[in-house]
Amino acid sequence: MTYYTFAFYAFAAIILLSAYAVVTSKNVIYSAFSLMLTFFGVAGFYALLGADFIAIVQLIVYVGGILTLMLFGVMLTNKITETEIKTGVFQVLPASIIIGMFSGVLIASISNNRWTVAEKLNNPQNSLVGIGSILMNEYILIFELLGVLLLIALIGAASIARK
Amino acid sequence: MNDFLFYIIVALVKIVIIANMILITVSYLVYFERKISAWTQNRVGPNRVGYLGLLQPFADVLKLLLKEDIVPKVANKFIHSMAPFIALFVAFTTYAVIPFGPSITLWGKEIPLMMADVNIGILYVLALTSIGVYAITFAGWSSGSKYSLLGGIRSSAQMISYEISMGFSIAGVLIFSQSLRPMEIVIAQHGWMWNAVLQPVGFLTFVVAAFAETNRLPFDLPEAEPELVGGYHTEYSSMKFAAFFLAEYANMIIGSAMIVTLYLGGWQFPYVETFGFSPAVTIGLQVGAFFVKMGALLFFFIWVRWSIPRFRYDQLMNIGWKVMFPLSLLNLIWAAILAMIMK
Repeated sequence: MTYYTFAFYAFAAIILLSAYAVVTSKNVIYSAFSLMLTFFGVAGFYALLGADFIAIVQLIVYVGGILTLMLFGVMLTNKITETEIKTGVFQVLPASIIIGMFSGVLIASISNNRWTVAEKLNNPQNSLVGIGSILMNEYILIFELLGVLLLIALIGAASIARK
Repeated sequence: MNDFLFYIIVALVKIVIIANMILITVSYLVYFERKISAWTQNRVGPNRVGYLGLLQPFADVLKLLLKEDIVPKVANKFIHSMAPFIALFVAFTTYAVIPFGPSITLWGKEIPLMMADVNIGILYVLALTSIGVYAITFAGWSSGSKYSLLGGIRSSAQMISYEISMGFSIAGVLIFSQSLRPMEIVIAQHGWMWNAVLQPVGFLTFVVAAFAETNRLPFDLPEAEPELVGGYHTEYSSMKFAAFFLAEYANMIIGSAMIVTLYLGGWQFPYVETFGFSPAVTIGLQVGAFFVKMGALLFFFIWVRWSIPRFRYDQLMNIGWKVMFPLSLLNLIWAAILAMIMK
């Protein structure tokens, strides 16, 4: 077993175990904590694939931004309302039907897809420059529109918070 | 020798050196903090343990090791003991990308004087600082005390707010270096082309953000004693408290190392190549220059702490969002214009 496959299976184990903990733990804070590990594992996958920029952005955006926000929400509401936010098991039958259908779709699409392996880049060091020039040249319109979308969300949040 | 084995050994040696350096620097930083505070307040400071009190840090660590570890009954045990680990993890791993010297050549192989020369180094530091928020938030929340919770929430709000002006200040630096690689950022600042000279406003906003990120005075609201007892680490004792203490000082070292790397030319010693020294001496002088700059900044950190009073929370947020953020944006525009003129 090479170091590469060893790292792959290590990250895969981290992702699967922590993702399992996310959905099964009763305490929401534990779920959030496990979700952090899941994000780390995914970032590790990206790093293994040579996509270092994506890996680190995964950490900055998901761990640094989104998860912090979720934690804040849980922590503050948990303390203020004095009612513990717990997760439990209910609605087993409808949930399992939906999960079964969804996993059927997933398995079908995974097994029917023809997986082509991209050629390995000789110099992954330049991935950052490559991403930059693609974003600024080919996808500039989408990039700018996304910026406008985020600005709208920001203004909306500010105006709601002011009420 | 096998190439792979060689690099593994080099990496291990670097890890041992850097980790030990941090621990020793932290212990003496605490000593100097107490000494400088004593000088500021016209006192003597620690002078009993060893010559001039130089063994004081070791006595302190021993004391903390021997103390009882008290965990509150209502605390969330798992997360309560996890938080100091996260703080230490973040504090130590950040050093991996900070270059403290140029590359040296040993046995025909080039070895950069840093742990990992990754091409997203600066983003790596930013990602780790955002993980550092977790340590404090978790510590505050899991203690089950309102002082801790308030301290933790204050701290994370503060760190998130100042991360923005920090990011924009760094963007100004990146325009000049054209790379996120710390080594190239340093190389781009050859001679007197230091970023602190080229973009003084960005330097200012970054230094202020670094103070806020490390929770140092005048931004130490997370542990403001008069209002919050000890802030997020009120309910910590023994080595867990020591871990937060260690992380705070280690973060101070990272903060100054980052300021040196980004704005003060890193290991650059202006005009050292014109002196005509041998390469070994030149590299030694450059490494020395890095540590002298870092030491001066660490002194500055401590000096500020004992000179400036603490901000009020609303003042802190106002400065962060209404002064520092626009200033860092202005600096970005200035850097872009300057880069176009200089090309």
